[in-house]
Amino acid sequence: MMHLVLPFRFEWLWSDALVWLLVASVIGFAIYTNARPHLRAPWARVSRSASGLAAATVLALFVIVGLLDSVHYREALPSQDGKAAYATELRSVLDRLLQPLRASREKTYSAPLATHLYAKETVQLPDGGEVRVFPRLRHGGAHLVDPQQDWARDVAVKAFRGLAIALLVWFVAAIGVCAAESRRATAGIESVWRDVWAGRTAVPWRAVLAALGLLCVLIGPVTALAPHYHVLGTDKVGQDVLYQALKSIRTGLVIGTLATLVMLPFALVLGVMAGYFKGRIDDLIQYLYTTLSSIPGVLLIAAAVLMMQVYIENHPELFPSTEIRADVRLIALCVILGVTSWTGLCRLLRGEALKLREMEYIQAAHAFGVSHWRIMMRHIVPNVMHIVMIALVMDFSGLVLAEAVLSYVGVGVDPSMISFGTMINSARLEMAREPMVWWSLAAAFVFMLTLVLAANLFADAVRDAFDPRLIMAGRHS
Amino acid sequence: MTAPLLRVSGLTARIHGGVAPVLPVDGVSFDIAAGQTFALVGESGCGKSMTALSIMRLLPEAGEIAGGVVELDGENLLALSEARMREVRGRRVAMIFQEPGLSLNPVMTVGAQIAEAVRRHTGLAGAAVDARVLQLLEAVHMPDARRRMAEYPFQMSGGMKQRVMIAIALACDPALLIADEPTTALDVTVQAQVLELLRELQRSRGMAMLLITHDLGVVAQMAQQVAVMYAGEIIESAPVEAFFAGPAHPYSRKLFESLPDRVGRGHALAAIRGTVPALTRPFKGCRFAERCDRALAHCPDTIPDWGVVRDGHRAKCHLYADGAAGSAHSAACAAGPQDAVAPSLHTDHPALLEVADLKIHFPIHRGLLRRVAGQVRAVDGVSFGIAAGRTLGLVGESGCGKTTVGKGLLRLVQPTGGRVLFDGADLLTLDRSALRRRRRHAQIIFQDPYASLNPRVRIGDALEEGMLALGVGDSAARRQAQIAALLGEVGLSPEVRDRYPHEFSGGQRQRIAIARALSVEPQLIICDEPTSALDVSVQAQILNLLQRLQRDKGLAYLFISHNMSVIEYMADEVAVMYLGRIVERGTVDEVLRTPKHPYTRALLSAVPVADPSAARPVIQLAGDLPSPVHPPHGCHFHPRCGAALPQCRLEFPDEQAFSASHAARCHLYR
Repeated sequence: MMHLVLPFRFEWLWSDALVWLLVASVIGFAIYTNARPHLRAPWARVSRSASGLAAATVLALFVIVGLLDSVHYREALPSQDGKAAYATELRSVLDRLLQPLRASREKTYSAPLATHLYAKETVQLPDGGEVRVFPRLRHGGAHLVDPQQDWARDVAVKAFRGLAIALLVWFVAAIGVCAAESRRATAGIESVWRDVWAGRTAVPWRAVLAALGLLCVLIGPVTALAPHYHVLGTDKVGQDVLYQALKSIRTGLVIGTLATLVMLPFALVLGVMAGYFKGRIDDLIQYLYTTLSSIPGVLLIAAAVLMMQVYIENHPELFPSTEIRADVRLIALCVILGVTSWTGLCRLLRGEALKLREMEYIQAAHAFGVSHWRIMMRHIVPNVMHIVMIALVMDFSGLVLAEAVLSYVGVGVDPSMISFGTMINSARLEMAREPMVWWSLAAAFVFMLTLVLAANLFADAVRDAFDPRLIMAGRHS
Repeated sequence: MTAPLLRVSGLTARIHGGVAPVLPVDGVSFDIAAGQTFALVGESGCGKSMTALSIMRLLPEAGEIAGGVVELDGENLLALSEARMREVRGRRVAMIFQEPGLSLNPVMTVGAQIAEAVRRHTGLAGAAVDARVLQLLEAVHMPDARRRMAEYPFQMSGGMKQRVMIAIALACDPALLIADEPTTALDVTVQAQVLELLRELQRSRGMAMLLITHDLGVVAQMAQQVAVMYAGEIIESAPVEAFFAGPAHPYSRKLFESLPDRVGRGHALAAIRGTVPALTRPFKGCRFAERCDRALAHCPDTIPDWGVVRDGHRAKCHLYADGAAGSAHSAACAAGPQDAVAPSLHTDHPALLEVADLKIHFPIHRGLLRRVAGQVRAVDGVSFGIAAGRTLGLVGESGCGKTTVGKGLLRLVQPTGGRVLFDGADLLTLDRSALRRRRRHAQIIFQDPYASLNPRVRIGDALEEGMLALGVGDSAARRQAQIAALLGEVGLSPEVRDRYPHEFSGGQRQRIAIARALSVEPQLIICDEPTSALDVSVQAQILNLLQRLQRDKGLAYLFISHNMSVIEYMADEVAVMYLGRIVERGTVDEVLRTPKHPYTRALLSAVPVADPSAARPVIQLAGDLPSPVHPPHGCHFHPRCGAALPQCRLEFPDEQAFSASHAARCHLYR
């Protein structure tokens, strides 16, 4: 009997499942919104904000990297007896794409684009003597015969080639945008091209293309250099820092989105209930969130994460591999971050519901004998959604930063999981070295800054589009 | 004739933003003589407030004055530097606004706020300022002025805050006072006090006044000269007597015909079709042409010039172009309303709703343990009945508990005691499910058309909500057919069901709210100030609609309003509420023609009538409505009553009947 041996087997981690569930619900929400003009209107306003769209372009790149890193599989091992056997190690699609970076391990630190290690080693000479030199890297610049002479030229040529390809890609994308726009506006592609660059289109494509251009200029040379050099250097154990930074994106995104999702039901249900029912229910919910927000968040999180760690260690049979263990810990962190951060939004929603419950359309619904549940779902929740939307995008960046801080303190994600926090934590010691190893920290800093800045700019655009007071002020002036 | 104090000519203001700039004021010209009161009348959005703000150069940021001249004593205000203009504001021209609560700083004592104005515009300092502040507060008849100086705005009622605003405006004897709807937010009795104060101050100080209002009754009482604004321009200008004797412009006439008290019961009110045109495009004809019943062939494409109706009475209308004046003019208001409504039959019906001793108290919680420290007696023993197909008008000033009665009947607020018999069942003792079955028989319409529809729910879904909740219409198709029929009944096309509330005007929203109430086929509708937020011409449409629905469907209305003329027009019986109790009730003729209770009399006399020749003494009520937390002992009204007897202080009077239907609670009639 023949067994069909697939070259890989998909494996869904819990966080993967949640991420893709989230993607599916975002798509569902988009379809739902698109069919309703009053829901579509604020998003149309977002799409008219130049900074918002530029930020969204950058964010989209991060999200794509994060999603590629959220499809995991096990590779098939060569087997003798025809039975399927798979590697114990989990890999993601991103790992596959970054295979050259992943596989090219050095011995220890090396500077960005270096050809030699950062630390001297004792090398045995063929004649039996020993010298201490900076040895050549195993992978970085290994193709160069004489690094001293060829390095600068090789790097420049490769970077330039990458840049040229990137610009070509960017140009094709720009033409594509104009073609799509010209089909929509039924105008000649040339006139659309001019409109786009003069900033006359309704959607500020100029900002999108400019952001895209900037990204291409950065990514092109890096992509061209990455197979041959360690563009951002290597860390203590010789792992490529660029690879670590890219892997950290998923951790940041998962924390930012899943923790918000955990927080949302608490805030929405409790906030709306407190405002709508008033009286004892309100008192109870208020006591709950006042108490919770008086406990230092770090304390709660540390306690919960340590408990989770102990549980995982005591039940190894439930968590067969290190990846699964790290993943469970990540989800536990999301949950605990969510549970401790719902109070702010809850308070806002309670206030809004208190105001809305006196609105006359809700009184009219009472006069029809409409049930409490239906009134809350139909009349209150849709009318607080703008606050929820604003809070979601604003909290996201806060949570990404919180992860970094918690991991640095040591109560964040599993140490084996690559994240901005763990990168910074390990870089802490490197900063104290002489000569200093700066690239690990710099890479984490730049990536996190870009992600959080893009998220904040996008959040600003969303807030401007959803906040009724700002819209009213705009209309009256 | 001497030069006018204020001369405005060709004033044009432009507001940027949106698709195209808006011209809310477009070529407005008028003169105000020293010591004269000039009234600018018009419905909301016609540009009257913008005119005032343009004169003061206080337009919003996106606005600019695009042209024209504003001369104060021969000096062009539009050419002054901003620093010089600040000298003019407050010192020579002062302004008071509609909402006194929003114009005062809540964290400063009123004395300090007046003192600020005094210091800014006069050279006074030290104790002289305090003396001047006290003098100003006394000039505006602030009771207990010395103590009030140290109080904060939240400690004062609306009427007192408006007095403070007037005192600030008077701080340095301005030559011109611009009053932008100064009494719109106040109750009639307080309005009467403030108007009387303004009249007196104007007489004693020889101050000119630009009065901006939508209320023709206020104009008749206050003004010497009137100008009517429509869509950004003045369309008629006349001395007040000539204007009220015979308004010339078709729009002004329509305004008069839509006043319920001018038309009288049983007649349909005039309604102006269509809406005010957008002020973004240039006009090539008369701005009112498309809504005008008397439009001539050339009205839509020829801009009318000023035509003289009579001496000093001018109208911007082709009907008054040279020579046409005589034929077009007629006693305008006598022009009969189009379709007379048959007066409802006066027969004795069994009561549909019987309310006995309804009490609604709200507990006041104090302290850490939230113990009940007192009761707000919003409604304190109210009894009345409504027969099927009849209308009971519930009148009273704000805070008297009339809205709470309406909500209490439907148990939107939980009554504390009493009985509400509807169709033989006591609504107050029913459990939730039994009450729900009864809910379809009584519905409610609210005051604010913008708050009464959920902005996120389509019109069709809003109408269907009640039907679904109460099981009206057994299939979706049948419900949809019913919704289409309902929308037709309230004068909207069935297509609107797929649209959202923001696409509709206030009047249309109120129609939708009426359709929603009708969707469950009620027998009784509680109308809670349904037209208070609307302009008179739109109010006329809604009142006509309510009258027609009552005739067609035999609905009973509990019509809650503070507006006497609307009550007079709508109601069969009237009940007057004061501080949670009904003080007088009877048929509409009995209560309004032969009022017995001193409060009813004062209320009626305070209503401004759109007729300057109607010289009636206004019975001034002292002070404000007392707090329902600590109502006065005895008769609630005695502290403000001119005819109070010693025993009024001791006990609340019993009901004294004057006829089978007419009764009042007053010791005067024992």
